[in-house]
Amino acid sequence: MVNHSPLRFKNRIFYAMVAAGGLVVLAGLYSAHMMEVYGHIITGMNNQIVWGMPHVFAIFLIITASGVLNVSSIGSVFNKPAYKARAPLAGLLSISMLAGGLTILMLDLGRPDRVIVAMTHFNLTSVFAWNIFLYSGMFAAVALYLWTMMEKRMKPWSKPAGLLVFVWRFVLTTGTGLIFSFLVARQAYETAILPPMFIVMSFAWGMAVFHIVQSAIYEWNEKLLDPHVQKRMKNLMGILVIAALYFVAAYHLTNLYFARQTEFERFILFNGGVYPLVFWVGYILFGNLLPLLLIFHPALGKTKCVLYASSLIVLGAFSLLYVFIIGGQAFPLSIFPGYEVTSSFGDGAIGHYRPSLPEILLGMGGVGIAFLITTIGVRVLDFAPHEIPKSS
Amino acid sequence: MSDTNEQRRQFLKTSVGAAAVAIAPGMLMFDMAHGKTEPVSGKVRWGMLIDTANCADCDKCVKACNKENGLSGGLSPTDSQWIRKVELKDMRTERTLALPMMCQHCEEPPCVDVCPTGASFKRADGIVLVDKHICIGCRYCMMACPYKARSFVHEPLHDQKPDVPRGKGVVESCTMCVQRIDKGLQPACAEACPNKSILFGNLNAPDSEISKKLRTVASTQIRADLGLNTGIRYEGI
Repeated sequence: MVNHSPLRFKNRIFYAMVAAGGLVVLAGLYSAHMMEVYGHIITGMNNQIVWGMPHVFAIFLIITASGVLNVSSIGSVFNKPAYKARAPLAGLLSISMLAGGLTILMLDLGRPDRVIVAMTHFNLTSVFAWNIFLYSGMFAAVALYLWTMMEKRMKPWSKPAGLLVFVWRFVLTTGTGLIFSFLVARQAYETAILPPMFIVMSFAWGMAVFHIVQSAIYEWNEKLLDPHVQKRMKNLMGILVIAALYFVAAYHLTNLYFARQTEFERFILFNGGVYPLVFWVGYILFGNLLPLLLIFHPALGKTKCVLYASSLIVLGAFSLLYVFIIGGQAFPLSIFPGYEVTSSFGDGAIGHYRPSLPEILLGMGGVGIAFLITTIGVRVLDFAPHEIPKSS
Repeated sequence: MSDTNEQRRQFLKTSVGAAAVAIAPGMLMFDMAHGKTEPVSGKVRWGMLIDTANCADCDKCVKACNKENGLSGGLSPTDSQWIRKVELKDMRTERTLALPMMCQHCEEPPCVDVCPTGASFKRADGIVLVDKHICIGCRYCMMACPYKARSFVHEPLHDQKPDVPRGKGVVESCTMCVQRIDKGLQPACAEACPNKSILFGNLNAPDSEISKKLRTVASTQIRADLGLNTGIRYEGI
């Protein structure tokens, strides 16, 4: 008398997951509604820390949406069969994370009701305006790419579409980095290293998110990932984490070299309270050292270790973005170099920021959207990787 | 017959008079509300020269700005401050000074460059403004401004001034009291300064008082290294 067949059980878990994701999205939407009614006063953001937790979540999702396409680029552009089998899943993840990130950014606007204004009034000197084209173009390019992969008749077009996505994601992440690079007077930002740094970070974070989702799908289907594929993918992820760390190190070391920047670096790396703590513990220890140990230590590097490493890399990503976005604004603008400055508007003072529940829920809501699209997508369409028998 | 004519004439006279009395205030108010009807000219560039030598323990400019523009005057990090008094101390010589700080009305304003919708704009006469109807509240201009001149409206507003449109969820900053300039008046801060330390005028007119003074005294643009060519200049920094 077995009432609960494994299939029915799985069905229930699927619906429970969709319901949980839906609840998170609803909580995010409710937060956005409250922010719309009461204004941004209910968030931790203020006139000094103008971008807060929603932007940490949104930028993570947007950067990672581009990075997760590594897998498809390596498959389509560089012709690696192990990666090609995973390209549709990478495409789906990219679209879902982009949708989540953009929803957060849109709902955090002071006037989200004017999103139509943003679509009809373009200031072409603004990198934000360029990004509106880049993000919508990314949706279109990835959708086209998915179509060429999933529709038999379109297969011959899959390589050029993959190439288009490959180029587009570079431009897109460059555009995201430029949002910060173009800020002429912010000591944390105004540097041309940010776009390449964002691109390399996107590689590492995209691989980590891909690993997490892939592990979940394999676990769900009770399949085992080919150890050969697993090894290649985790090694690549490890190398990308090191590359991203290299860029972050170069960014801070060049800053430390400039006398006018040392005070800022001292703040971010040593005496800035929560920011150095999050940087060293959250990013360096949890986001780099531990994952690298889990990936490359000869006794480790198995399925579970790779999953833990991937989760830690995501934690490190959030830590780095928190320090970069919020710590970067908390340090006061240098309006009068050489002077000690005080005023009623926080001149010369470290900005205070305490994330509030509504803005965290809004950010989580964006993650919820990405989760829902991915979960439903994998269930109703054929996105799960199909292993191609090993040739070597 | 002539009596009827007389009555008709009287009626017409009264009607015309009544109509004039009814319409005139409206016309007058329309003129007042719209100020000058000719477009702003690029031949003018409004600016200010602020003499820090006489700027001391006083915040009359700040109060006048708040009153003119209907700001609450609150000082929390979420309140709007279009103008603020900044106290400076030279770290090496310990010399102290104070000055009013507001939107510097740059010729090359970074806020205008980064605004995605074009809501941040520079008028032909050099005044940098925010179009409250197309600002979407993304705050990118606040990130870009080197002078921390902009505020975001964090809460619903009440009792606004009809001449100074503001709104929750959009960004705002010093307008150089554009509503006063268009009526031929000075910005409220310049008028309120008891020491006449804020000299307002047309930077493009060689014989304006401000231009003459700029030719004779040493003046500074704040963060001149950024090359933004600010409309607000300071003496004594």
